[in-house]
Amino acid sequence: MSAQLSVARLTKRFEAGTPNEKVALDDFSLEAGRGEFITILGSNGAGKSTLFNAILGKFLPDRGRILLDGADITYMKDHRRAASIGCLYQNPLRGTAPSMTIEENLAMAYTRNASRSFFAVNRRDSAHFRELLAGLGLGLEDRMKTKMGLLSGGQRQAASLLMATIAKPKLLLLDEHTAALDPATSVKVLDITRKIVAENGLTALMITHDLDMALDFGSRTIMMDRGRLVLDLSGRERADMTPRKLADLFHSRSGHDLSDRTLLAT
Amino acid sequence: MSYLDMLISALGQGTIYAPMALGVFIAFRVLNTPDLTIDGSFVFGMTACAMVAIAGHPVLALFAGIAAGMLAGLATGFLQTKLRINAILSGILTMTGLYTVNYMVLGGQANLYLQRLATNESGIQAPVASKTVYRMFAVAESGEVSALVLSGLIVTLCVALLAVFFKTRPGIAIRATGDNEEMVRSSSINADFTRTIGIVIANGLVALSGAMLCQQQRYADLGNGSGMLVVGLASVIIGQALFGKRGVTAGLVSAVAGSEIYRIILQAAYRIDMPSYAVKLLSALIVTIALALPLAKEKSVAWSKRRAGERESSR
Repeated sequence: MSAQLSVARLTKRFEAGTPNEKVALDDFSLEAGRGEFITILGSNGAGKSTLFNAILGKFLPDRGRILLDGADITYMKDHRRAASIGCLYQNPLRGTAPSMTIEENLAMAYTRNASRSFFAVNRRDSAHFRELLAGLGLGLEDRMKTKMGLLSGGQRQAASLLMATIAKPKLLLLDEHTAALDPATSVKVLDITRKIVAENGLTALMITHDLDMALDFGSRTIMMDRGRLVLDLSGRERADMTPRKLADLFHSRSGHDLSDRTLLAT
Repeated sequence: MSYLDMLISALGQGTIYAPMALGVFIAFRVLNTPDLTIDGSFVFGMTACAMVAIAGHPVLALFAGIAAGMLAGLATGFLQTKLRINAILSGILTMTGLYTVNYMVLGGQANLYLQRLATNESGIQAPVASKTVYRMFAVAESGEVSALVLSGLIVTLCVALLAVFFKTRPGIAIRATGDNEEMVRSSSINADFTRTIGIVIANGLVALSGAMLCQQQRYADLGNGSGMLVVGLASVIIGQALFGKRGVTAGLVSAVAGSEIYRIILQAAYRIDMPSYAVKLLSALIVTIALALPLAKEKSVAWSKRRAGERESSR
């Protein structure tokens, strides 16, 4: 399996040289194979979101390299690399433009792959969007002229997910993207996530605090602590893992417990 | 003056200031950016237009005005996106700088008539009024009606072009920038660029208003720009109060309608002997009232609910 994403010895310090100095990423390395779906665990401040932000180019790392599909993107501008990276956050409002219609939002996200047309919203793309929306099973395909701001959080997150993946990104980053949704909606959005990732064979990283979910999703689970990789599970070892054993393992590797927010199914 | 004449005069004014209302709409509503360049770019459009009109090219002068405003917008856009200066301050900086620029364009004076000295048949030098688009375009007996028709054509063209533009790919990118800049970046679009283009378009429109006013009144005056932002806002807000917050095309049309109604209100105020210097205060009041209206509505609803609730519990 060739590496789709390769993060090599990434280091990032915030407020370096001050008493508040914080090492967010400490010589962190990770390789993700093409089509691999990795779940990421770790307590708050472990560097999970910092890792995502580094990959997205929100800041430049102090040291290290980031390679996406063989290309070095370490110093590429954030909006340029965004063409090949989709990202979803906890807040469903972050990924969509509220005063524009669902159709227009999708057309925006589809810019790089869209059919050549004078108007942004055109029949060919719209037919494609309608099909994709229908696949969500939320009835959004009949509300394409509805303003995004009128949708519920779950609907908006599902639409965001579609937007993040519509341009067939080389990498999908999911930062606790269902944490702000109610349990039922969360399950629905997760099902959609699973489906979209599988259908498009996407390489994906998903941050979660839910141990069950971490083991249930994807093919590999890693744990981060203080900017380092402390655990990397896959294959047989992962298949035999239970949330309880995972929490204990984390404790022994990092010397402290996972945060209270981590849901532990007993 | 008959009521019809007054109406035509008000509509004429409203149409001349309509492109500015469109510019304010784009900056404040579409881009969600408080752009204070407007007072400066209005005059910049005026002065640039005056110079080209005096040189004898009235049509070109309108385009020169638009170009000047776009340049001013480019400066503000640069300050906002590249130097990361606060949006309000960026506008103020450009506007302040423009005062000097405008003064220089007018050749070191505060106002300039659209005329040039020419030697007449008897060999005497006398000022001759420059050609303006409004003089060239006479479709009705009354100059005011002709002016209204011409301005109306220009504004209609602007609205049509903008309505189409905001449906194209660059157009929706600009709208999305005002709505959710992060989403624009994650769609792999340079949001700094779309923001700057938006500000450039807004100020180009504002300057077009300045250029039209310059040719209509046949002089350019540095004082004409002050308070323009409030006038533009008043128009946008009045339009919104009447038509509601709808899509971008409706927003453009309602900005124009707001500009017309604003002038009708002013005309009515003049009718009851309001002195002309009271215009600015009236504009400020209109904007304040319009902005406070939603809150007042909310409070009155809450008040009546509380009253009803108290009555119920005391029973």
